[in-house]
Amino acid sequence: MNQETELIQPPAQVASKAVKGEAIIKVIDMHKWYEQFHVLRGLNLEVSKGERIVICGPSGSGKSTFIRCINRLEEHQRGQIIVDGIELTDDLRNIDTIRREVGMVFQHFNLFPHLTVLENCCLAPIWVRKTPRKEAEQIAMKYLERVKIPDQAKKYPGQLSGGQQQRVAIARSLCMNPKIMLFDEPTSALDPEMIKEVLDVMIELAESGMTMLCVTHEMGFAKTVADRVIFMDQGEIVEQGIPKEFFGNPREARTRQFLQQILNH
Amino acid sequence: MADKRTTRSGGFARLWNDPTVRARTFQILTALVVVYFFWTIFQNTVANMERRGISTGLGFLSQPSGFGIVMSLIPYNETMSYGRTFWVGLLNTLLVSGLGIVLATIVGFIVGIGRLSKNWLVSTLSAVFVDTFRNIPLLLQIFFWYFAVLRNLPGPRQSMEIGEMFFLNNRGLYLPAPLPEEGMGVVWGVLVLALIGAVLLYRWARKRQEATGQQFPAIRVGIAMVIGLPLVVFLAMGSPMDWDVPELRGFNFRGGIVMIPELGALLLALTVYTAAFIAEIVRSGIQAVSHGQTEASAALGLKRGTTLRLVIIPQAMRVIIPPLTSQYLNLTKNSSLAVAIGYPDLVSVFMGTTLNQTGQAVEIVAITMLVYLTISLTISFLMNIYNKAAALKER
Ligand SMILES: Nc1ncnc2c1ncn2[C@@H]1O[C@H](COP(=O)(O)OP(=O)(O)O)[C@@H](O)[C@H]1O
Ligand SMILES: [Mg+2]
Repeated sequence: MNQETELIQPPAQVASKAVKGEAIIKVIDMHKWYEQFHVLRGLNLEVSKGERIVICGPSGSGKSTFIRCINRLEEHQRGQIIVDGIELTDDLRNIDTIRREVGMVFQHFNLFPHLTVLENCCLAPIWVRKTPRKEAEQIAMKYLERVKIPDQAKKYPGQLSGGQQQRVAIARSLCMNPKIMLFDEPTSALDPEMIKEVLDVMIELAESGMTMLCVTHEMGFAKTVADRVIFMDQGEIVEQGIPKEFFGNPREARTRQFLQQILNH
Repeated sequence: MADKRTTRSGGFARLWNDPTVRARTFQILTALVVVYFFWTIFQNTVANMERRGISTGLGFLSQPSGFGIVMSLIPYNETMSYGRTFWVGLLNTLLVSGLGIVLATIVGFIVGIGRLSKNWLVSTLSAVFVDTFRNIPLLLQIFFWYFAVLRNLPGPRQSMEIGEMFFLNNRGLYLPAPLPEEGMGVVWGVLVLALIGAVLLYRWARKRQEATGQQFPAIRVGIAMVIGLPLVVFLAMGSPMDWDVPELRGFNFRGGIVMIPELGALLLALTVYTAAFIAEIVRSGIQAVSHGQTEASAALGLKRGTTLRLVIIPQAMRVIIPPLTSQYLNLTKNSSLAVAIGYPDLVSVFMGTTLNQTGQAVEIVAITMLVYLTISLTISFLMNIYNKAAALKER
């Protein structure tokens, strides 16, 4: 049995906040190549507002590449990606708009080490949203309280533990007031005892109705908050479904094999 | 085993096997050898000088020098003392080093950032610049600029000119010298006021940003103010400034300011050579900042320029500063190659001409070495202050 499942002790299931019919992300037959290498092979996905999606799959299957396409850290070569009604093209204005609406949390936090926690959180609101500094700091403190580290505001990232750093990274993204949050294996660089504190913050965020796309292998988390679990392999979406069916009764052989591997290790 | 042997062989061996004692002994021995070495050289030189009838001490500094110097930042002629010669040389060294450091830093940063440009032409040109000038010996470059370029320019009568104000020929670059007239004081006053105004404007813009979030192009407006206001007043007062424009009289130019080709060549060579190294330092510094930083900035919606200025460069500076300091020190010390083309720097006029004429080798070499040491330590000290301020706080 997965240990994290017991750690989190899910309060049954976090009630779904998904608004049916209102697609905030639409991915239509999307392909991507790295040079000759066909990484993403025709992905289709619709995400409703407030929906929480967990993406899993073996290493190298293209999960990171996929979610990085959604805020155009990577370019796709074929098909369409439409986020909040705006299609992702080469148009720089569109990219700027999208990046304000989409927050991202990375495996290795990527905090700015030369700035304090508070400055990390205020940088983008001040320079991108043109928020007054005072106001930006107030907003930042609000989110730092939400991730339960307001007392670390004056410290530098290097002075914090991994779990604390990842929570700062989440707060930093939230300060931009995004409509969608992307997570790329947010807990896989953390020591086991710190995973829970980050997952707790993410669960709380899910409860607040945030649209979330989360690449993770924390199956306990998936069972607790996900509206849908997606399994990717070799650049394709192999199977998707609500957690109960996905974990209880996977249809594809590849999914079963993958689930067995991560649940048994 | 080892224990037994030590106890058996008594006090001396025990002492000798004590790491502290052993280290101290070697240090003392080394120090003695070094002191003896320098003492011998000193004794030898003093004895030689006495044999040739040269008195030791710094008395020679007040004797008249009897030789002229082609370029001096302070009034100087051959009736003045060797002490004055020293200052002329020192100021010339400081001039070329100071200008060189500023120019090499600017060019180096531009080329270094240029090498990382996505624009093929920009990055290729930058790479060619670095590979060319970094790999040719500095002395050769000085000779190149001096003999092949600047001395090969046409003579004064065929000068290249811009608007009958600036003249470039094989005797140097001639610029108009400003001659302030009555009323110029007002213009200076306005300039000072504009500078103060610009600072206040910058503060106001920051306050406003903090209060309302609106950003104001304070730097651009400030620069326009500092240049524009004095200019308007200057024109309104009927241009109270005359220019001493260089004029061709006979075979040469009179009046104006002249930048001699020796200074030009040395400055060009030092700037370009050092800039090539600085460009590499800047490039590797920027590349040392993890790609994750750029990605996180992009994901937050920061623009490329803002990212470079607020995220990348501040972190790259930690990596850049120590080797940059070495480059500044190198440039300063390399400026002593001036002697090869006759630019009157400290080594040329003091350790060269003065030493030849007086024979006071020990004093002159010691003073010169002390001067370079002082300049170098000052540069290091200033850069260290900056480096401490830029250091990252870790757990
Ligand atoms: N910048 C890149 N250039 C070339 N190949 C890449 C690049 N980034 C990722 N890949 C390849 O694309 C595939 C998918 O990578 P990734 O999306 O990181 O997978 P995952 O996140 O599922 O582990 C991998 O085979 C990887 O080697
Ligand atoms: Mg990945």
